[in-house]
Amino acid sequence: MARSAGEINAASMADIAFLLLTFFLMTTTMNVDTSLARRLPPMVEDGPDKKVEINRRNIMVVLINKNDRLFAGGQSMEVGELREAVKEFILNPTDSPAKPEKELKAIPGINGQFHISKGVISLQNDRGTSYGAYIAVQNELVAAYTEMRDEFSITHFGRSYASLDDDQQEAVREAIPQTISEAEPKDITKK
Amino acid sequence: MAIVKRKKPKVPMISTASLPDIVFMLLFFFLTVTTLRQSEELVRVRLPEASEVAKIDRKDLTCYIYVGTPVPSHQTRYGTDSRIQLNDSFREISEIRDFIANERERRSESDRQFMSTTLKVDSDVRMGIITDIKQELRRCSALKLNYSARKGKQH
Repeated sequence: MARSAGEINAASMADIAFLLLTFFLMTTTMNVDTSLARRLPPMVEDGPDKKVEINRRNIMVVLINKNDRLFAGGQSMEVGELREAVKEFILNPTDSPAKPEKELKAIPGINGQFHISKGVISLQNDRGTSYGAYIAVQNELVAAYTEMRDEFSITHFGRSYASLDDDQQEAVREAIPQTISEAEPKDITKK
Repeated sequence: MAIVKRKKPKVPMISTASLPDIVFMLLFFFLTVTTLRQSEELVRVRLPEASEVAKIDRKDLTCYIYVGTPVPSHQTRYGTDSRIQLNDSFREISEIRDFIANERERRSESDRQFMSTTLKVDSDVRMGIITDIKQELRRCSALKLNYSARKGKQH
């Protein structure tokens, strides 16, 4: 007669499981990577980039100098003021001749024609600018465009940009294109 | 008269037999969500804060470039100037090209067009080194770039 191999006591199972659980609880970091996404312009081979002729009035130069001071459109300003300045420049509500031209264009998906601003933001920095200041300015620029798109979609669709479907978002993006140019370094040979 | 003793209603003991199962369930949850850090951090990176950040959608298709001051244990060898860390070692700007090529090689052909580069940069780093990195990335046509930042309130 075979002897029964006595049962293993499972009472300590919970303790062991708890031990493992605490280990993983403590080591887990649930970090979500968040970032500001950008697209770099492709490199042009040979010599300096061919300058695309852009009318002077269409460009707003946003410059951060080596002391992290911000100049936008030739004026010194605080980071907090940049958002409104960019919005006013791009939208040009008063049709000022010093601010960007507008192009009348039909957008698929929405009825009618729209004035699309030709404004371009040119972001320039010094080699001594700190990364924190640079990101703060980038963030304000993105925020300005987000607000403009939101306003546009509320007047034309009655809802905020984020709640629109893909086609409508595409239409809004076409109406307010994000034109931020991260300038070429002025002198790349000097490293 | 018979005295009927009323039985006190007994509160039944809660069975702990299912406790291990519950704990195991939790354990498996944490086992699956845990990602052990792939690379040791050689540079100190305090990310800047930004309010307009978006989640990086294809984390497996992004390669990380760390820039910052070397951690104290490496400062005797590498100084306190901002350095670039690729994978597990300090690298020079000229080595970014090989790094990007390597990362591309590891992904399947169909995924390569969706690849992006994420810059994890300390907020005190000067832009000079970042500009150089950006130029180098343009040269190897790695044009999709993410500036890593913490979600936070601004102003």
